[in-house]
Amino acid sequence: MSQASVKSLETEVQVVPKQKTTSKIKKLKRYLPLFIMILPGFIYLLINNYMPMAGLVIAFKDINYSVGIFASDWIGFKNFEYLFSTQDAYIITRNTILYNGGFIILNTVIALVVAIMLNEIKNKFFKSFYQSIILLPFLISMVIVSYLGLSFLSVDVGFFNKTLLPMLGLEEIAWYFEAKYWPYILTIINVWKGVGFLCVIFLAAIVGIDQEYYEAAQLDGASKIQQIWNITIPNIMPVIVMMTLLAIGRIFYSDFGLFYQVPMNSGAIYETTNVIDTYVYRGLMQLGDIGMSAAAGLYQSIVGFVLVILSNWLVRLRNKDNALF
Amino acid sequence: MYKSDRITQWVSHSFLIILTISCIIPFVILISSSFTSEESLILDGYSFIPKEWSFAAYEYLISNFEQIGRAYGVTVFITIIGTTASLTITSLLAYAISRRDLPYRNVFAFFVFFTLLFNGGLVPTYLVYTEIFHIKNTIWALIVPGLLMNGFNVLLMRTFFMTSIPEPVIESARMDGAGEFRTFFSIVLPLSLPILATIGLLQTIIYWNDWFNGLVYITEPSLFSIQNLLNRMLQDIQFLTSNSSNLGSNAGASAASIPTTAVQMAIAVIGVLPILIAYPFFQKYLVKGIAIGAVKG
Repeated sequence: MSQASVKSLETEVQVVPKQKTTSKIKKLKRYLPLFIMILPGFIYLLINNYMPMAGLVIAFKDINYSVGIFASDWIGFKNFEYLFSTQDAYIITRNTILYNGGFIILNTVIALVVAIMLNEIKNKFFKSFYQSIILLPFLISMVIVSYLGLSFLSVDVGFFNKTLLPMLGLEEIAWYFEAKYWPYILTIINVWKGVGFLCVIFLAAIVGIDQEYYEAAQLDGASKIQQIWNITIPNIMPVIVMMTLLAIGRIFYSDFGLFYQVPMNSGAIYETTNVIDTYVYRGLMQLGDIGMSAAAGLYQSIVGFVLVILSNWLVRLRNKDNALF
Repeated sequence: MYKSDRITQWVSHSFLIILTISCIIPFVILISSSFTSEESLILDGYSFIPKEWSFAAYEYLISNFEQIGRAYGVTVFITIIGTTASLTITSLLAYAISRRDLPYRNVFAFFVFFTLLFNGGLVPTYLVYTEIFHIKNTIWALIVPGLLMNGFNVLLMRTFFMTSIPEPVIESARMDGAGEFRTFFSIVLPLSLPILATIGLLQTIIYWNDWFNGLVYITEPSLFSIQNLLNRMLQDIQFLTSNSSNLGSNAGASAASIPTTAVQMAIAVIGVLPILIAYPFFQKYLVKGIAIGAVKG
């Protein structure tokens, strides 16, 4: 489709020189309203997206507010040297990739199982009821999720410390100060919040599978498990692959709320809760270390860009239609 | 075969029932705790059923209605203005670049598309908005940065316009002498209600739930949205009292008697309640919307 429009653009361009400027003005006049329609969105993207892209150069500057950002001195790769000489760069990269990698695998597998189960439910009311409830956490802001987390994990009055652990005869745990528990906590919360969304997408794909496959398989005496394994999963594989590759393209970006709000920004557990996004935020807003923060941000933007391009290239290899571009 | 069907039903139902319970349980604890008396909370902690009922937390919130009401007002304002503005500029841009005869349309489409691949991230964005546009502590900070329009929605809408609005319809409107804007508003938009509803719903949820812009750009409590107020209360439970207008000589005394543990849960209930109530009415559209988005993701 895009190729066709490029061609039509070319033919238009070829026509213009013959009829000279009058037709050019005429054409501009004709399309002026459309250009006006583009304007607000164009300006917004310019401000919200393109100016910050240009602003990435501040990673190479020694920001000094008193002389202004634009007049600050260039310091080359100094900010990056500092960043990568600390333990932080390693920790935030490791955490970002391990968490998001784990989330991708777990969310996909669980959402797939849930979608297959949902598809088996014959009663329409229950089917839609289950689906709505499972999607509910997706709707809740991370701030609310932090409150929900607090109701379980609060050291003094949380459900775990006051009810569950005593019942099991275990000692109280200072959840917000013990780094070792957070990989599990964050993973569970992420699954809880994210599975519904993915499940809706998988279910839509499963519903689209031709019923005749199942009927034929039943006639051949295939069991339910065999049907799922040999019909359902292969048929929705393109969707699974696409969603996974899209997620891999974004593996360098974390859910800021999950890693900042839910652990209540507790310093004692940064070891397992600090990711690139929280590091950049704290550098900018709390520590006033803009240089380091900007360097980490640029690092994220560039690796993120490479990963998006790479994952799209992989999608393209498999199936051109599923590729983003 | 009949028996295996029954087993499948049993397994699926039991699995899904456990799952739905685990999705709801946190909300049950939250709501139950907000109705529990402070003494009982301190003794037994948050639990599923209040051991000792009490409305003290809500009474306290009602007495502090000014701040909470204001935050609600801010949230409703940014949600309505933000969603409307968002739909307007998104659909205008998407329609223009959906027109096959628009000169340079591929250039514009790429301009939109590239924003999905690469972005400047928080630091430069923050500096652009604060140092150049001085958006800090204005209501626009809650509406504009990051949320107003995103390239993905533009491309989603463009695809809809290109596939669902037949070109002859637009062509014949022009033959009849309708201008571009007239065609857009009276012919294209009414034919595009499904996609407008989908993106409108998603934008509404995004604005209602957003706390990030408030966290970054707002320090002035009078501009807090409900999410920012919740956020602040999470870190600092005394925030409501320290900011209430009737901060008099007895502030210390009243701060001591606040049922803080229950209030913390009660305010979260107030924050989440509108969504829980509205959800049954829009869940069908949300499910459809998510599925549409994934088709051309």
